[in-house]
Amino acid sequence: MAMRSILAVDDSASMRQMVSFTLRSSGYDVIEAVDGQDALDKLGDKQVDLVLTDQNMPRMDGLTLIKQLRVQERFKRTPILVLTTESSDEMKQAGRAAGATGWMVKPFDPARLLEVIGKVLPQ
Amino acid sequence: MSETQSQDNGGAFDLSQFHGVFFEEAGENLANMETLLLELDVDSADDEALNAIFRCAHSIKGGAATFGFQDVADLTHVMETLLDKLRRHELTATIGMVDTLLESGDVLRHLLSRHQAGAAEHEALDCSELVARIGALAHGSAAAAPVPPSAPAPAAAVVAAPVAVPALPEPVLAEGERLIELAIGPLERPDTADHLAELFTEIPGLGRIEATDGGQADAEGMRRFRVITSTPDSDLLDLFSFHVDREQVRLGAPAAAAAPAASPAPAAPAAPAPKAAAVENADYGFFVDLPSEAAPAASATAATAPAAAPAPKPAAKAGDRPATGATALESTSIRVPIEKVDQLINLVGELVITQAMLAQTGQALDPVVHQGMATGLTDLERNTRMLQEAVMAIRMIPMAVVFNRFPRMLRDLAGKLGKQVELQTIGEDTELDKGLIEKITDPLTHLVRNAADHGIEMPEVRIAAGKPALGTVTLAAAHQGGSIVIEVRDDGRGLNRDKLLKKAIERGLPVSDQMTDQEVYGLIFEPGFSTAAEVTDVSGRGVGMDVVKRNIASLGGSVEIDSTEGRGMRVSVRLPLTLAIMDGMSVGVAEETYIVPLASVVESIHLSAGDIKSVGGTGRVVEVRNEYLPLLALDELFAVPRKEPVSGGIMIVVEAEGGRIALIVDELIGQHQVVVKNLEANYRKVPGVSGATILGDGQVALILDVSWLVRRARH
Repeated sequence: MAMRSILAVDDSASMRQMVSFTLRSSGYDVIEAVDGQDALDKLGDKQVDLVLTDQNMPRMDGLTLIKQLRVQERFKRTPILVLTTESSDEMKQAGRAAGATGWMVKPFDPARLLEVIGKVLPQ
Repeated sequence: MSETQSQDNGGAFDLSQFHGVFFEEAGENLANMETLLLELDVDSADDEALNAIFRCAHSIKGGAATFGFQDVADLTHVMETLLDKLRRHELTATIGMVDTLLESGDVLRHLLSRHQAGAAEHEALDCSELVARIGALAHGSAAAAPVPPSAPAPAAAVVAAPVAVPALPEPVLAEGERLIELAIGPLERPDTADHLAELFTEIPGLGRIEATDGGQADAEGMRRFRVITSTPDSDLLDLFSFHVDREQVRLGAPAAAAAPAASPAPAAPAAPAPKAAAVENADYGFFVDLPSEAAPAASATAATAPAAAPAPKPAAKAGDRPATGATALESTSIRVPIEKVDQLINLVGELVITQAMLAQTGQALDPVVHQGMATGLTDLERNTRMLQEAVMAIRMIPMAVVFNRFPRMLRDLAGKLGKQVELQTIGEDTELDKGLIEKITDPLTHLVRNAADHGIEMPEVRIAAGKPALGTVTLAAAHQGGSIVIEVRDDGRGLNRDKLLKKAIERGLPVSDQMTDQEVYGLIFEPGFSTAAEVTDVSGRGVGMDVVKRNIASLGGSVEIDSTEGRGMRVSVRLPLTLAIMDGMSVGVAEETYIVPLASVVESIHLSAGDIKSVGGTGRVVEVRNEYLPLLALDELFAVPRKEPVSGGIMIVVEAEGGRIALIVDELIGQHQVVVKNLEANYRKVPGVSGATILGDGQVALILDVSWLVRRARH
């Protein structure tokens, strides 16, 4: 089976590096993007197995990205996690309404990230 | 549900490998935030700008928390809270907020540099006063008076505001502790939950627990508690499972508590209300049941979120289509450690020398016989020069990097001095070598500060003089030939020739009425010369201007002053574009070759013994175009051994620091670019010599320090 691929979207270079290093070390293929718009550009007509996106980003934020992905047939069922620093109900509700699969609060360590991914991407 | 087995490989990651990127990124965010804050129009704050400022703080916070810089995370957290309210228009921006945020930026920069330097935890700075002040601003107390450092606000602010439990006092969290909202149920017997609470009294160190529901289950049979603990969630869950089923326990962040209590009965699954998530944890959660969960997925999905609909089944077919070309981030720029660039420059320098040697050797060959070789050498020369320029360009960065610090500085200064000053910058895109940029920053800072302090008058003085109350300091940069000229201009009071002369006489400096304006203005660069009637704490006592000049001279640059009394003053700093390569004129003195920086050469003239006049005991001068210039013989100065005495020779008129002298040499060899090698790094500082280079024939030639020579000959 082909390598699982994950789209990681974050405007912070250090977060992006940490996330993709963690994922790549665990055998995932990673597409990095700096914001929602960049993510759409980078995706093109590719498919990924999971999307991890920051919420607050310039140009296009995470929730807008999720909405844009969910209207596309190929992303209807793709798990999408919002990585966010706030875990307020307001945010959760907005994330859920946009079509996110779940959320994860920053900061997290690599082990936690892999643990959560393990839950959404069963072997 | 089954707890995921711990991932051993996850714990092995060394997060410190990302610190470098984080520090750079945080630095950029801080600079960006400062620029945006300075540009922010407080009276009609632009949403886009507020969002951008918020994002800067937000981004620093996220990284700092991830990489374990707690003090940075704590401070940015309260900043973020304040900025969030601003961008949501829950608060209106004030000058005081901008000031406090700018101050916070300074503190953050400080904290970050300490972490970068590897400061130990116990040396942590106390920012609690600042944190409390920002917290007060965020909570709408306009005064935001400094709060005593003992105030408990910072600790509480670090945790999401515990508004959810108004009935209970704000918890005080010790280090490492966190606040969790615990929901248990639905329970047939609500008092089962009390067994859980007893665990906290039975097991020392587990933490504290308080019921937030007054001991009563709600309509759903849920019991709610607030837990303050440092025990990991997984351990808590393990303990709780002795009394209740795992599925009946929900651990959540404190802010989440308010809504479930208010949410409607579970009979309305389609309602968008935040019904408890399928899986909920303190730091992550899913809106839908995942494949590994037992419960059916469909009912958990809100009708308002059609896209979120079916439970993801990624294992099915999605993975079969390989993601092609999923590779690293494509970017238009890369970060490279400066050492790598310097190494490249060094190597190109060596290549330039090798090329010069080959060219020299090639000249001895018959071009007809060795035509191919000659063509090759010509190509090599051209390519070497292009390579050199391209490599040097890597180190070039725009002056904006320096200019950007001044709006903030002038703003603070003007506030302190009670003056109105605006900064204009011209030519921020002009590029300069990184090494020079770093070294020119301090001198420029001094000049700008001086312009605001001594140049720009108080508003009432300006108005009385018929000038606008708002003074202008202009920073302009432009390339001129192989140099960059940076001007610091102000439209202030300007310099008064007579006052300067009078003061110079008081200080016992050698002056005369015949001195040109330029020379008189240059007096302010003399050590200890101050023009301000009174000493201010901004520009100090005039010490510094001489340092400014010396620093600029040490970079191979020069500084000139021009002024019109009552109209302002202009200080022009001229610098070479790079320190690594310069245009030089090579001159022969007996068997030695010296390099004179071409920028300082005015002219060269044949010298006959009759032109030289002796002055005093040992001094000699020469008349050049009705001007007597001090004469310096390089062979005498450097004690160059000579087999036979020469008569006549050539003199080169050089100029530095506004003064001219003539140097006697035997011959002019030629002009070429030389790769500057630091003499101090390889040998030691030699007076009169600024560096060394290797010539085409492999010989080492010393590069003359013309400023030093001029000073020596004229004083």
